[in-house]
Amino acid sequence: MLANIERLLLKYGMNFLNGLGTTLLLALISVAIGCVIGALVAIMRLSRSKLLNSIATLYTEVIRDTPLLLQLYFFYFMLPDLLPALRLSKFTCIAVALVFNSGAYMSEVFRSGIQSVDRGQTEAARSLGLSASQTLTRIVLPQAFKNVLPAMCNEFVAVTKETSLASTFYVGDLMTQYQTISGKTYLVIEPLIIIGVIYFVVTFTMSKLIAMLERRLKSGD
Amino acid sequence: MTEPFDFSKAPELIRVEDLHKDFGSLKVLAGITETIHKGEVVSLIGPSGSGKSTFLRCLNRLEEPTSGHIWFDGVDIADKSVDIDKHREKMGMVFQHFNIFPHMSVIDNITLAPTLLGKQTKDEARAKAEALLSRVGLLDKRDIKPTRLSGGQKQRLAIVRALAMEPEVMLFDEPTSALDPEMVGEVLDVIKTLAKNNMTCVIVTHEMGFAREVCNRVLFMDGGVICEQGAPEQLFDHPQHPRTQDFLSKVL
Repeated sequence: MLANIERLLLKYGMNFLNGLGTTLLLALISVAIGCVIGALVAIMRLSRSKLLNSIATLYTEVIRDTPLLLQLYFFYFMLPDLLPALRLSKFTCIAVALVFNSGAYMSEVFRSGIQSVDRGQTEAARSLGLSASQTLTRIVLPQAFKNVLPAMCNEFVAVTKETSLASTFYVGDLMTQYQTISGKTYLVIEPLIIIGVIYFVVTFTMSKLIAMLERRLKSGD
Repeated sequence: MTEPFDFSKAPELIRVEDLHKDFGSLKVLAGITETIHKGEVVSLIGPSGSGKSTFLRCLNRLEEPTSGHIWFDGVDIADKSVDIDKHREKMGMVFQHFNIFPHMSVIDNITLAPTLLGKQTKDEARAKAEALLSRVGLLDKRDIKPTRLSGGQKQRLAIVRALAMEPEVMLFDEPTSALDPEMVGEVLDVIKTLAKNNMTCVIVTHEMGFAREVCNRVLFMDGGVICEQGAPEQLFDHPQHPRTQDFLSKVL
């Protein structure tokens, strides 16, 4: 078995690395854009407008209460139908699905972050004459962001693992590499062990970095 | 001894007319009519739940009044169409829990509002903030994060943060209630100095000794109305209303 693993690494090393690159790229895109969507949706959910509030709630609930794989299928088939002119690649459709998914989870992270900022902060800012939006951008969001930074990083770790579902559509991520290599070599356990180790090393390292960051933030208080 | 100044002849600063505030079915303010004159130092006392903090917070509309009028600078700021932000600039407020901005340095806490609202340039605001900080003995703390300050230091910072906007009136909401006993004095001293320099102050407080010493007028609130009011000597030594007598017998 060790000999097989060595052989696979020598022959398909680049494939595994490419797969890792695609996995990380997918995770980065979903979390980065998901963050922006999440912040907007969180503000909508906390706004006084009933309409904005309902739209945001509907979005987060639908995403959070249906399986990710279903959402991937949905976007995979729906987006090219909806926008045929754009000739969207498989990768784009999957990335969009992941962005929407992570946006919903990020909005909950941001919402709890915003709510964790003491009301007195808003009152003090407003009593000085700051407008509602100045208070949000200068006082509430900077503190909320600091509170949610660790949770955001955890979401990144979670998304990194969830991208493995994208392999259903052969988008070239780490899990896709497993499927192709396993198909070519008729080996199952060995390539599985290799990508398992890669997933583990990457997410374990990220978790440790997050823990360090969390300690740094705490001591900065 | 000089004759005490008659503030009822001073210009009006805030005139409150028939102010009501309900929280659901609970009537917290049940019709308050009161005038605060320029230069007056007024304290609001009364049992908890009597509506004194709510009354204070209605003055700059941190609480939205249910009905009534609040005339300030000739404008009814209880009117919802009024741009309240403009008027809040002229009403400093100090809170029980300080509400210092923890993500900014001490001096940035002070300069934020004046520069953001275009009242002062960065340099002006900084110079003014340093002068204010030295007045309350915090100049050496100017560049640190306020999370490292003691409660008393935070409250002194909160006071000068409000003063940096050059308000016409300062509203204090139980400014010493969250402080360790040994820090109460340093904060009260700052308020006393303000009062001596003719800053109009409205102070919700449980410090009866302080109210007696510093204030020109004491308002006793109970059940959402002002039951009795008068000069401190009169109200503390010869309370007329049975509820005032009852309250004072418990706290003095």
